Amino acid sequence: MALKLADVRTDLHNDWCSGCGDFGIEASLQMALTEMSVDIHRVVIFSGIGCHGKIAHWTNTFGIHTLHGRTLPFAQGAKLANPGLEVIAIGGDGDGYGIGAGHFVHSGRRNLDMTYIVHDNGVYGLTKGQASPTQRLGEQTKSLPQPNINSAVNPIMLALAAGYTFIARSYAFDNRHLKETIKRAVAHRGMALVDVLQPCPTYNDIETKAFYSGEDRPDPATHRPAPRCYDIEKSGYNPLITKEMTPEDVDKKTLEVIKISNEWGDRIPIGVFYQNGNVPTYEDRIMGRIPTYLEQPPAKQVIQLQDRKSAADLPRLWKELTIGS
Amino acid sequence: MSSKTVNELNWMIGGAQGSGVDLSASAFARSCVLAGLWVYGTREYYSNIKGLHSYFEIRTSGRQIRSKVEGVDLLATFDAETLVRHADAVTPGGGIIYDPALSQTPIEKVDTLYKDEIKQIQGRLAQQGLGSDANAILEEAKRRGVKLFAVPFSSLIQEIAKRLETSELTKVNRTVNVLAVSVSLALLGLDRRFMDESVHQAFSASRKQKLVDMNLAAVERAYGYAKEKFGEGGLEVGLVPIQSGPRMFVVGNQAVALGKMAGGCRLQTYYPITPASDESEFLEAHENFALKEGATKDGKGSVVVVQTEDEIAAITMAVGGALAGARAATSTSGPGFSLMTEGMGWAGMNEVPVVITLYSRGGPSTGMPTRTEQGDLKFALNASHGESPRIVVCSGDMEECFYDAFRAMNYAERYQLPVIHLVDKGLANSNMTILPPDPSMIDIERGKLILDGGAKDGEYRRFAHSEDGISPRAVLGLSGYRFWNTGDEHDELGHINENPENRIRMMKKRMTKLETADREIPESEKVSFYPAKGHPDVTLVSWGSSKGAILEGMALLEARGIKAEFLQIRLASPFPAQAVRERISRGGLVIDIEQNYTAQMAAVIAEKTQIGIRNKIVKFNGRPISRDEIYESVRQVVSKPEANERVVLTHGA
Ligand SMILES: Cc1ncc(C[n+]2csc(CCOP(=O)(O)OP(=O)(O)O)c2C)c(N)n1
Ligand code: SF4
Ligand SMILES: [Mg+2]
Repeated sequence: MALKLADVRTDLHNDWCSGCGDFGIEASLQMALTEMSVDIHRVVIFSGIGCHGKIAHWTNTFGIHTLHGRTLPFAQGAKLANPGLEVIAIGGDGDGYGIGAGHFVHSGRRNLDMTYIVHDNGVYGLTKGQASPTQRLGEQTKSLPQPNINSAVNPIMLALAAGYTFIARSYAFDNRHLKETIKRAVAHRGMALVDVLQPCPTYNDIETKAFYSGEDRPDPATHRPAPRCYDIEKSGYNPLITKEMTPEDVDKKTLEVIKISNEWGDRIPIGVFYQNGNVPTYEDRIMGRIPTYLEQPPAKQVIQLQDRKSAADLPRLWKELTIGS
Repeated sequence: MSSKTVNELNWMIGGAQGSGVDLSASAFARSCVLAGLWVYGTREYYSNIKGLHSYFEIRTSGRQIRSKVEGVDLLATFDAETLVRHADAVTPGGGIIYDPALSQTPIEKVDTLYKDEIKQIQGRLAQQGLGSDANAILEEAKRRGVKLFAVPFSSLIQEIAKRLETSELTKVNRTVNVLAVSVSLALLGLDRRFMDESVHQAFSASRKQKLVDMNLAAVERAYGYAKEKFGEGGLEVGLVPIQSGPRMFVVGNQAVALGKMAGGCRLQTYYPITPASDESEFLEAHENFALKEGATKDGKGSVVVVQTEDEIAAITMAVGGALAGARAATSTSGPGFSLMTEGMGWAGMNEVPVVITLYSRGGPSTGMPTRTEQGDLKFALNASHGESPRIVVCSGDMEECFYDAFRAMNYAERYQLPVIHLVDKGLANSNMTILPPDPSMIDIERGKLILDGGAKDGEYRRFAHSEDGISPRAVLGLSGYRFWNTGDEHDELGHINENPENRIRMMKKRMTKLETADREIPESEKVSFYPAKGHPDVTLVSWGSSKGAILEGMALLEARGIKAEFLQIRLASPFPAQAVRERISRGGLVIDIEQNYTAQMAAVIAEKTQIGIRNKIVKFNGRPISRDEIYESVRQVVSKPEANERVVLTHGA
């Protein structure tokens, strides 16, 4: 039965500030859920702490609103225990690239088959606008007492270095692009990052909706605003790493990712930067050691006999520890 | 042989870490076990991989034993440091095996001794008019009636190399451990076949026949040498094989791992830390295991073990796994547990069953990472901000490590909360022969887990209020049972709700589960009580690994006419206040015994029962309590309770 948007929304009062980019992300995510052919009962949304975190409550799927920065390990635990779940982890930029940066890196190394969406607004929204790790050096958003003294982290490059096998960026108010990107990320077999540029009208007065849509720079010909975000895939860029590519080809692509992801200012790249479906997932790697893993993952195992006794045949195992007969 | 004490002795071996001493210790222990004897072994080592001193004591007996004792009957050394450090622990009538080539070694040349230790030893020797080298140490021992057995290890090694016609002297050098053990066993009169078998078992896993042959040659040469030079040896202790049934020879870590497997743990996360990681590594080494007939078609079971990036990930990943329906656990020690506290609070808030095995070691901070301590009781009871329920189980011996690990998995799921299983290093790294535990003693209890679907979305309330505080629990992915979780205060559906009345009901719901647990968990799982025959003179109260020393110390006290009884507290939360109150009010002098500075359990008892315990025996030098320390210190307290309110134990090298 096809799902309608109303099916994947809860009826709770949404308390984000009006005009917040989070609304765009929520709508795109929920539309993606209705368009994907995934059984909605298998979908679990994990979120972190920050304004973004409430998305788990607004969405009518299993929703686990976790701790600040810890979304990824919670989500990976569930996926490991039951690989049949469709796990979508959602974080903030402070949450995921700041306090949770360690988990961000190690999730790439594991490459579990899941999706990670980051609300990248340049600020710590929920704690009233401090600089987040993606705010640029010297920028001074509304509530900073002094200009930001740290350089910005480049999430695309960080993900590449960490081993993410699907790396994309989208924009909160480009509904169609974001929705399609989320669908592609979910369909990708492996760890997928979608970094979403998200205006925070309350605290980020630099990277505003007007900034992204280029209201300050009208097209000389049409006098219409010229949006800053451009879709790299529409400009001829191909993110795919294929089996046929030589190591040199892969290196070249890697350098390209670095180059494009560094663009900022008047041209801001969005789209899929990198996609490599040939890296074994963590699930594959476990299968190499535990051949029954996918049929009987931790959450599906029989641990109990009819008489409620333990199903494990330990005496067989502890022969190696037993002496005498 | 007439006046020999048979099958009751304490053997020690020492050497630089990484030189194979651990192997010698287990070869000795294994030989004894193969001969039908029971053993209890402790391991002391520095936080270091190679070079610093480590030593093992193996106590062996014809009956089951559960503690460390003072005094060494036979000390095997092949380096100067072991000799210098431990010769004074050898009892008169006991023996020391040493390498005569090292006897000239000046004490100050043993550079792994701390400077103040060198001064102390030199001072002691000077007082006796002795020199300042290994020889002086030997002379000192001899004067005390200790027998000396010179074993020129390097010439024996050369003989072995010659016999095997090998030029790989560095490899043959490694047999020094086997030589030392074999000479020991020969002196103790134990037939050679046990050591031969022990060598087979130790080296056959390596699948290198050469290695087995080399070590068997070492056994043979050592036995031969001992016979030629020392004859019967003249020691006052000896070993004789006895008939025994099957016994398990386990380390505490392994007992916990086995208990978890039996208890259905199928996801274990960890970040490496001493003395916890051995447990996870054991699980990983046995990740595929057999199921009982009839469990599944293919009979295959498995546990997924994940080494995480840190302990925050370890706890939160385990919690994620538990939400999906796996029985999940993690394992750590103090520093890692510190990092877990926020995640544990989240599990408490969202009523997630998860087990944390907390191996306590010397704290605070990095403290003494390889030494034992019971300093984390109050931390376990109070960890995490705010007030959230948790069950805290404290194991006192190997059998309890197994059964408690199993039960912890049950408690977690029945009461839907984090369970902390406290085990101290003294148990984790000790090995012991026990009767194989019987997993069928315990049922797997999954509490209010919803196994099958049937509900319609919109009906299910994950945190539905109930009399006992426990709500039916669905897992992620179960059709019809959509739910939400949040670390924020929430309503029955799991959505954020800060309404003051909701807050009161939810706090009460979560805390009520502890009352339910307190009501349902049988007293036998909360405390163990060992009554005296008749009116007790003294009631000892303790918990954790002090148990073995206390039980054996009590037997010595009784022989001296002091009737002692023992209350072992096994469940620290919910605290069995009534059971404790009754047991410590039987009229005997009450003494609290703990391996920490502040007597934490005594403080908990005071808080929960309003009964203050005046007399305390504590130990916090990082070394386990011995049977003899219990015996002596309890006698001291009993003789003059007013003058001995706080006795601090100091033994151990
Ligand atoms: C361990 C911890 N430290 C600090 C906080 C306080 N805190 C709440 S939200 C937040 C920042 C949120 O920023 P971000 O992750 O970018 O999310 P946003 O609000 O911008 O969506 C912080 C620091 C916390 N909840 N937990
Ligand atoms: S503070 Fe910013 S990010 Fe948070 S809800 Fe308001 S606009 Fe959105
Ligand atoms: Mg942010």
